[in-house]
Amino acid sequence: MSSSTGEKDPFIAQLGKIYAGYTGGFAVFVVLLAILEQMGVPDRIIGYLFVFLTIGVYAYIGIISRTAAVAEYYVAGRRVPALYNGMATGSDWMSAASFIGMAGSLYALGYGGLAFILGWTGGYMLVAILLAPYLRKFGQYTVPDFLGARFGGNLARSIGVIVLLTASFVYVVAQIVGVGIITQRFLEVSFLTAVFLGLAGILVCSMLGGMRAVTWTQVAQYIILIIAYLLPAILMSVKVTGVPVPQIMYGFALERIEGLEQAFRAAGQTPPPGVTGFHTSPFIGPNGAFSWSAAINFFALVFCLMVGTAALPHILMRYFTTPSVREARQSVAWSLFFIFLLYFTAPAYAAFGKLEIYQTVIGQPIASLPEWIKNWQIVSPYGVPWVNIVDVNRDGIVQWGDFRIHPDVVVLATPEIAGLPYVIAGLVAAGGLAAALSTADGLLLALANALSHDVYYKMIDRNAPTAKRLIISRVLLIVVALLAAWTAGSLGADILFLVAWAFSIAAAGLFAALVMGVWYKKTTDAGAVAGMAVGYIVTAGYLVWSEFGGLSFLQLFGTKEAIVRAATAMAGIASASAEAKAAAAAIVANAAQVQDGALSWLGGVLNGYGMTTDHVVLRGRVVARLWGINNISGGIFGVPLSFLTIYLVSQFTRAPSQAMQDFIDDIRVPRGGVRLANKADAVE
Amino acid sequence: MAEINYGQAAPAATAAAADRKTGEAYWKKTSGLMWTVLAIWFFAGFVVHMFAPSLNPIHILGFPLGFYMAAQGSLIIFVVGLFWFAKRQNQIDEEFGLQED
Repeated sequence: MSSSTGEKDPFIAQLGKIYAGYTGGFAVFVVLLAILEQMGVPDRIIGYLFVFLTIGVYAYIGIISRTAAVAEYYVAGRRVPALYNGMATGSDWMSAASFIGMAGSLYALGYGGLAFILGWTGGYMLVAILLAPYLRKFGQYTVPDFLGARFGGNLARSIGVIVLLTASFVYVVAQIVGVGIITQRFLEVSFLTAVFLGLAGILVCSMLGGMRAVTWTQVAQYIILIIAYLLPAILMSVKVTGVPVPQIMYGFALERIEGLEQAFRAAGQTPPPGVTGFHTSPFIGPNGAFSWSAAINFFALVFCLMVGTAALPHILMRYFTTPSVREARQSVAWSLFFIFLLYFTAPAYAAFGKLEIYQTVIGQPIASLPEWIKNWQIVSPYGVPWVNIVDVNRDGIVQWGDFRIHPDVVVLATPEIAGLPYVIAGLVAAGGLAAALSTADGLLLALANALSHDVYYKMIDRNAPTAKRLIISRVLLIVVALLAAWTAGSLGADILFLVAWAFSIAAAGLFAALVMGVWYKKTTDAGAVAGMAVGYIVTAGYLVWSEFGGLSFLQLFGTKEAIVRAATAMAGIASASAEAKAAAAAIVANAAQVQDGALSWLGGVLNGYGMTTDHVVLRGRVVARLWGINNISGGIFGVPLSFLTIYLVSQFTRAPSQAMQDFIDDIRVPRGGVRLANKADAVE
Repeated sequence: MAEINYGQAAPAATAAAADRKTGEAYWKKTSGLMWTVLAIWFFAGFVVHMFAPSLNPIHILGFPLGFYMAAQGSLIIFVVGLFWFAKRQNQIDEEFGLQED
């Protein structure tokens, strides 16, 4: 280690003891609450205790970790050991969507949902081998710092900041919505109150201590979220199979699910809307058979999620905090290990939940359903009840297709489905809250740092004194947080689908420039700037256009048949605006005059491979799909284009200077210092 | 530098850490490892799952094999692969004397 960390830091040396004591304390707390519950303390009080006590602990860590040193504020003093940085990255990474939503998506989609499991783990391979060690060696504070130093200054830095702001902001809003959903359910307050309560919990962790406070609260949050995720799954596994290893035992649940699904079909029952295949069958199209389009979409999604993982700045910046390059590499492995613990349990959750519902709910009279179903038949922020029983044939019996459950409920309701005590439900709520808060903290810090460090300090006032920089940083943190909470409060659950966009946008905007900056010495400033701009504009443009202007997109790229089909669908959407419907109806009325779009040849080049340009109706909109690829995987177009642009432009622009090549040589090896090509890029 | 000198926050350097020849040999070997791990990534992340429909009829402990690979098998490969990568890259660093002080 270096001279300044040579003497053993007493805090770091004590970490094991501190967190072991904390874990033990939390276990005692859970047991105490279980006893209180048995003694007749109402559920509501248990819920309050869980929410306020855990947030209180995070706040305490946040406050004792306050700092006035720049390196502590931005990179936690670069002394976070690999293992703990792994845990912090794990909770930084696993959001409300992972904790609450993932098992539910697997429940709803079966094999198709595994794209999220693969994509959100495999990306760490790319982080470890392509980026993390080199960013750590470079060793400044933010991802845009690297872009600025490698690609000649403020233009590259600004584009990096723009991509970062776009991707991180939609992501953080989704976390705050998640906090709101959980707090609302367990504290029984209004959604808006819940959002601002959550906001206070987020700010108290990050504001005073920046990265240092966020790191140590994230470790604490990881411990709670992993206990809260594993414990109910283990109890569920014991209930169903008698063995407390859900990850191995759910194979038997899968077999029984398949048997039951066969029996349902044999009895002439129809599956719930959107389900066409068996739970474990891969790549099933709408007609219930193998579909090329489903397979291509699966792999496109896996690709976008993986590359997006490796380009999200709030994750990459965590690897600036390790003491060395060597530990940065180990830290990525630890991160993935801690993430793996949750992700390889999620499919077990889904399988046990599904089996339990198939066995105890399907086929029962609606009048005598289990108690937990009634608790969840309340209206969700999505506008439909969380659990919705639609008696299609009005026979008073719950058929396979009559039972609809919102994916977000599967994890939250598991304790009740399995008949576990309320204390477990409170534990799950605390876990979900920890997941959402930790991710929100990391994202807010990434956003505020980009604005305060990259925009203000690097581009506006290079001579700002330390104290002023940190004050500006904190003010911006509060401003961004309020803006995110306001967006979350006013748009609610309608914006959750945007999270998936964050991956495609980060992937297309940043990944190619970062990777080629390290691995391809001839990458020029102009090449990187052009590549980032092309990737970002193509992807963000495609996402917005295909989502909100699906019909006009098809009028350019679609055949006349595709246009008429989309217009027909548009005219039939109940929630669409009157003008949009009238315009669509006019197209349908004049179907004979409709011409192929001007670029329909491009939309049709892959027709031979079953990849036709068409539309799907989603979220009350006609959403266009170029080559049949869902817009959730929009990065599949932007990422290769970004690489190609960087490569081509680099061939035609002046090669990087000798000083720049020396800089690249230095970041490639762990040993020694870094010779910056431009001394003005140095940070203190 | 800063008022407090924390760790190795990219100290300014005046010379390369290694001579040209060592540097190039080191980078060649590092790149080789990168491509190897990238191949493992591609195999476990994509190739295996292309065969999911044909692997699924094989059941192990109740798991259809194709489903298992996407739900657990590939994940285990990723985790083990990364620990192996970290170890192997350290060996390369030490072989060329380019590890951190």
